[in-house]
Amino acid sequence: MRPLLRFDQVGCRRGGRLLFDRLDLALGPGEAVQVAGPNGSGKSSLIRMAAGLLRPVHGAVERAALALADDNLALDRELPLKRALEFWGGAVEPAMSSLALDALAGVPVRMLSAGQAKRASLARVASSGAPLWLLDEPLNALDSDGVGRLAGLIQAHRASGGAVLAASHQPLPGDWTRLELTP
Amino acid sequence: MIGALIARDVRRGSTGTTWLPAAFFLLVVALIPFAVGPDARLLGPIGPGVLWIAALTAALLPLDRLIEPDRADGVLDQLAIHRVADESVAAAKIAAHWLTFAPLLLIAAVPGAVLLAMDGKALLRTEIALAIGTPGLAALAVAIAAVTAGLPRAGSLAALLLLPLAIPLLIFGAANALLLEAAVSLLLLAGAPFVAGAAIRASRT
Repeated sequence: MRPLLRFDQVGCRRGGRLLFDRLDLALGPGEAVQVAGPNGSGKSSLIRMAAGLLRPVHGAVERAALALADDNLALDRELPLKRALEFWGGAVEPAMSSLALDALAGVPVRMLSAGQAKRASLARVASSGAPLWLLDEPLNALDSDGVGRLAGLIQAHRASGGAVLAASHQPLPGDWTRLELTP
Repeated sequence: MIGALIARDVRRGSTGTTWLPAAFFLLVVALIPFAVGPDARLLGPIGPGVLWIAALTAALLPLDRLIEPDRADGVLDQLAIHRVADESVAAAKIAAHWLTFAPLLLIAAVPGAVLLAMDGKALLRTEIALAIGTPGLAALAVAIAAVTAGLPRAGSLAALLLLPLAIPLLIFGAANALLLEAAVSLLLLAGAPFVAGAAIRASRT
């Protein structure tokens, strides 16, 4: 079966420093990998490389259609949350209710708290319908209810043949294959 | 996606601040009679040139909101993930910028011409030249906004880059050489999406 994401001997150089080298990684349907490691070990760079936003210095990355949630919200701040999410298309309503955002549908994005904004960016990923999810520090600012809902979403996504690559320095709920980056 | 992006940028551009470049344009024009005196024989001949200089300076105002907010907020990244080419994003932004910038400028040129004691024929000629030149000016503005996005003091740097590069538009526009103005405008329209697209790609870290 074709993997949804494949790293083949990938090297990453940032600011003249080699963060990782000769990295191999394959994510098939239903798989979940947590990229772990201390600050500055290249977790976010690996996620951005998987998304195609950074070029590897050598090696190749192949990827299926994907959705990315990182620190950047990428939602228009002046719009109500639901309309802002609808710009990116997909099944917005089920994604919003799975993250308990229904009550905030009419609230402008700029009024959201940090945790609510994190839920909104996860809703953008959940509504995308893409088979590959890339999550950079998905637990940041989430409360325990949000963490539980995210775990449920990821479980359902994997059960339906999706794959998840998440970067986090803290343990994620559920069972993950760990990929440890060393500084 | 491209249509949705143009509609979104037009909506975002059509807020209270849309009138700022047009108001600035009129303000610059209104300064001229104070500087050179209200003599119609003096103002009339320099009118078209003054309108063009006012248009170029007004084009500097929106530079910092064309690309940088979307870069900083990850919108450009998400568009790339949605497989929209950076060049297409740039082309959409040029179209949306022209739509929110040029029509108001063309309207503001009417009271501007009155302030400069220009007659109807001179106004009409300048309006046509502005209509031909502003798409090129919008393309140049988006390209320069993309090149400077994310840099410190990007606003001042963008102004320093835009004004010299807009000189051909100014020369042919003020001289009413419409075919040459159209040629320069088309050249800028054709090249700017590629410059801006490459700049957007290079700005990803």
